Amino acid sequence: MAIKSVQAVFRSLATLEKTVEKCHIELDEQKNRLTFTLHCKHGLMKTHNLSFQDSESLQAVFDKDSYGNAFRSHPRLLVDTVVHFPPSLDEVTVSVSDDRMWFRNHVEEEADQSKAMLTELCLASDEFDHFAVQVHNSITFCLKELRGLLVFAESTGLPISMYFDEPGSPVVLSVTDSVLEGNFVLATLSDDPNHRKNNTRRARTPPPPPDDFMNDDIDSYLIAMDTSIAPGPSATGPPTPPLADSICSKQAAAANHRTRLHSEEEEEDDETVDSSRPPNKKFCSLFFGSVFPPSSQMTTQPVTSQEVLASDSEDDVE
Amino acid sequence: MSRRVFRGQKKAEIFQEFTIKEDSVGFQVNLTVLLDCLNIFGGSTAPGVSTALRMCYKGYGHPLTLFLEEGGVVTVCKINTQEPEEPVDFDFCSTNVTNKVILQSESLKEAFSELDMTSEVLQITMSPSQPYFRLSTFGNSGNAHYDYPKDSDMMELFRCTKTQTNRYKMSLLKPSTKALALSCKVSVRTDSRGFLSLQYLVRNDDGQICFVEYFCCPDEDVEEE
Repeated sequence: MAIKSVQAVFRSLATLEKTVEKCHIELDEQKNRLTFTLHCKHGLMKTHNLSFQDSESLQAVFDKDSYGNAFRSHPRLLVDTVVHFPPSLDEVTVSVSDDRMWFRNHVEEEADQSKAMLTELCLASDEFDHFAVQVHNSITFCLKELRGLLVFAESTGLPISMYFDEPGSPVVLSVTDSVLEGNFVLATLSDDPNHRKNNTRRARTPPPPPDDFMNDDIDSYLIAMDTSIAPGPSATGPPTPPLADSICSKQAAAANHRTRLHSEEEEEDDETVDSSRPPNKKFCSLFFGSVFPPSSQMTTQPVTSQEVLASDSEDDVE
Repeated sequence: MSRRVFRGQKKAEIFQEFTIKEDSVGFQVNLTVLLDCLNIFGGSTAPGVSTALRMCYKGYGHPLTLFLEEGGVVTVCKINTQEPEEPVDFDFCSTNVTNKVILQSESLKEAFSELDMTSEVLQITMSPSQPYFRLSTFGNSGNAHYDYPKDSDMMELFRCTKTQTNRYKMSLLKPSTKALALSCKVSVRTDSRGFLSLQYLVRNDDGQICFVEYFCCPDEDVEEE
């Protein structure tokens, strides 16, 4: 289903909050229709019948609990961090040590290193609610997607958790509460031992021979995606919150969506369009559902606002 | 052929001075030019500042003269007049009205702001039975319906005698949303042919009431139910 058509139903948040009393969502499989009925004040009823198409959707295979590095903070912390990067920046590199996390803009190796502007921000572990590092990794992924999902995360007011492993493995960002579990799975650039040694500030080092990087084949990437083959704008960015509550009740439990995650292995076959950067819009997966929080899930805690400190140090990354 | 007619009616009382020497006077001026002249001091006025207007017309062949004054500065505009064209007359008369509702503009404003613009038509259904008063669009992603029940507190008057469904080109109705935005009440009437009359009650700053009326003919391809 095109996201725009659903967004149109919930276009004006201000109006929604003021006038809508109830929202009823019904799926008519025979007519291929999803119906949203908004019961509003003054007896006004808005009915939207949206058409949808069956589509193959690939399931991402990931197990965030098994990832070595896990962090949790209020989304504000990350929002205040990424705001420092130019809006045109495509990818960001996140590196971690035992007590710090760095955000750097990713500069293409082909770019003229002397002309590139490098931006780096450093967050200390105590700015996070949870900061657990097992491996000092550095991952590069799509910043635009991150910005989008942070907007959503912030609007929920929930803490956001981040899990990742080695480069090439997806990074999972997650928001959870009693009625909603959202997992944003982003692909990361795979590790090329020739040049990805966690140091993007090697202005003076000659760039590695392009062949090693350009000829990365599909196997180098573990791509987590949801590629619906329906035409129209691809599924990028989070759906608006009402969609997440497929049953408008805090007590109800829908099918546990996590069971869908441990499925086919065929995802690996999926092509990347551009091998020099992590696939962006196509490879972003969102899972929503009413679930009971799994016991291994970190419990949500009240958070205070965090301050972001931009590092001006010249420390090398370990 | 689909057409619409827009009529703003300003009663004599709205004017501080209104003198006319003949029974009726008709001429035509370019609307854009007229608007530019009326806005000659700039679009929005600061609070406490008002622009005064005096319009004079000497008769056939003479220009329409506007005297505008604001803050002691006077501007004179002379707009050439043209032969008035026969206005389109849809022959919409009150005796032919089959369905009429009067709604508070507030809820209609909301509906119109959300209308699916990918829909070429706006369908209006009026009926003495369910759904009473319904606005429908048929866009790229599906259709949408806005239902106003007859007992809603937004509904000031509900007088429907016959179930009618008519479609009107969205492009023709869109300009009416400006009047809707200014209005506090709107009356929606259809006649036996499916012609639509929208009357907007606008209350200006002085508390004066004036009406803006839109007429629209139905899209030909659809037959009335």
